[in-house]
Amino acid sequence: MEALKRLVRSPAAIAGLVLLLLVIGMALTAPILFPKDPLSLAGRPLQWPFTNARFWLGTDTTGRDIAAQVFHGARVSLLIGIVATLLAITIGVVIGAVAGYYGGFVDDGLMRITEAFQTLPNFLLLLVLVAVFASDIKTVTIAIGLVSWPAAARLTRAEFLSLRSREFVEACRTLGMRDLQIIFREILPNALPPVIVYASVIMAVAILLESALAFLNLSDPNIPSWGNLIGTGRSVLRTQWYVSAIPGLAILLTVLSVSLVGQGLNDALNPRLKRR
Amino acid sequence: MRVLLLALRRLAASLPTLFVLLVGLFLLLQLAPGDTVDALVAQIGGGDPTMIEELRRYYGLDVSVAVQLGRYVWRLLQLDLGYSAIYGKPVADVILERLPATLLLMGSALSFAFAAGMALGVLAARRVNRWPDTLISTLGLIFYATPSFWFGLMGIVIFAVKLGWLPAGGFEEIGAGYTGFRRVADIAWHLLLPTLTLALIFLATYLRIMRASMLEVMNLDFVRTAKAKGLSPGRVITAHVLRNALLPMVTLIGLQAGTMLGGSVVVESVFALPGLGRLAYEAVVQRDLNTLLGIVFVSALLVIVINFIVDLLYARLDPRIAT
Repeated sequence: MEALKRLVRSPAAIAGLVLLLLVIGMALTAPILFPKDPLSLAGRPLQWPFTNARFWLGTDTTGRDIAAQVFHGARVSLLIGIVATLLAITIGVVIGAVAGYYGGFVDDGLMRITEAFQTLPNFLLLLVLVAVFASDIKTVTIAIGLVSWPAAARLTRAEFLSLRSREFVEACRTLGMRDLQIIFREILPNALPPVIVYASVIMAVAILLESALAFLNLSDPNIPSWGNLIGTGRSVLRTQWYVSAIPGLAILLTVLSVSLVGQGLNDALNPRLKRR
Repeated sequence: MRVLLLALRRLAASLPTLFVLLVGLFLLLQLAPGDTVDALVAQIGGGDPTMIEELRRYYGLDVSVAVQLGRYVWRLLQLDLGYSAIYGKPVADVILERLPATLLLMGSALSFAFAAGMALGVLAARRVNRWPDTLISTLGLIFYATPSFWFGLMGIVIFAVKLGWLPAGGFEEIGAGYTGFRRVADIAWHLLLPTLTLALIFLATYLRIMRASMLEVMNLDFVRTAKAKGLSPGRVITAHVLRNALLPMVTLIGLQAGTMLGGSVVVESVFALPGLGRLAYEAVVQRDLNTLLGIVFVSALLVIVINFIVDLLYARLDPRIAT
């Protein structure tokens, strides 16, 4: 409750929250405001924004409504961001918890794997995954989750290392609780807050990764993604630059809102750090 | 000497990681639908079973997965990255041709991000919680949230299309035949916008870390002593605070080396630079898995080497580590 009050008092966090709610609102209202398929032909191609009341953000190279794509794109970005983040956090927490709790060679082995993932540039690994499997939206989302977990694993492991020798864990052992019970029911709730704050970073990066992939035409071409639209606009960049500019702003604002909320959450949960 | 030993030990510790990576990549490749022979047969429009078997034996695909894995790792240890059917030459050659442009781009972007991040971080820390700090921190957040390819595109629109100050892409003026200093200047001219684009995201992180690190060091006892003996505020920062505050920044170089390589894929595609990143993109589009995996391997080596250098730098900045 105290933390919530602190969160509300920070202007940056409020700005982030308002922005984020706006994006969520766009995602929720997209099918109501733009019931037609956003990727279908809507009118004359390459109309500038604010020149035609029907397409207030204009149309792209193939005559698709940009506003509709931006609204539907919010759904795609948020969905990919949330699902990939959940996946990354789950993998990271399980690996970090097991490594931190057991230590020894289990820890060594798992940490080698984590380091292998960290040594590899994650965008390159993403390219490999997309090249080997397919580039439909499901595969892309899972692939983004698969390349984003190492930091969460390290964070969880560090928390477990400091928690595993506390008295309450000793007490659980004395009571004869099983390892899995101790790990997930007793230690994990104490180790989770920093990981949850870090989730905002993972989500911000996940949205950026998907947009970069879509921009390179390596994501699902059949969904209205912001990155896809920027890639489409590239061919007319010299004259109709707005086709690329508008969805880029949408990405910027969405990622900004997620980071602001994450930072606000961090400051609210660790009030002492904020003074600095 | 002791520093070198320490760094070498760290280097040795990264070998198991590299091994895990290679095995992982190999297993991933096994999951890919179809192998080299399938691709070849499809290319020549089918073939009879005996020929296919012959080809499998030729490419060493007739033995068990474990033996194949052993051969694969052995090949990589000899730095033999295989053959690219698309480019018609060994993968190692293709990669070596493309490496300089990427190293140049990464090096200049890193230097710029480091220098600018340091300067802005110091500025923000000296005016903490006042308007310059707020402005710089907000800018940092916005930079962090900007997709780099979009920033690059907008840079092209403004500086190349509207103002005509900078070239829109490419590594150098092709056919101009510049030599010596003219050529260097021409390449620098072409790399200005790509460097800024790639540096942007990292600038935001460096700025934030530098600010936090400065604030932490400025509260330490030795800084109070330096102030107490009457040094000017500027001198306290340059002579005492900076060197200590730089430690986390140096760590960050090693941590972000991989991210920077990943970022160069996108930036090189935007600006049509003939680098490793663009090669990776082309390899994905052309389904040239041999080249793609070669790039991944070289990138991992590059990251390990950068971390080795960072270890040396770190020991140089903080003599306590070596003792």
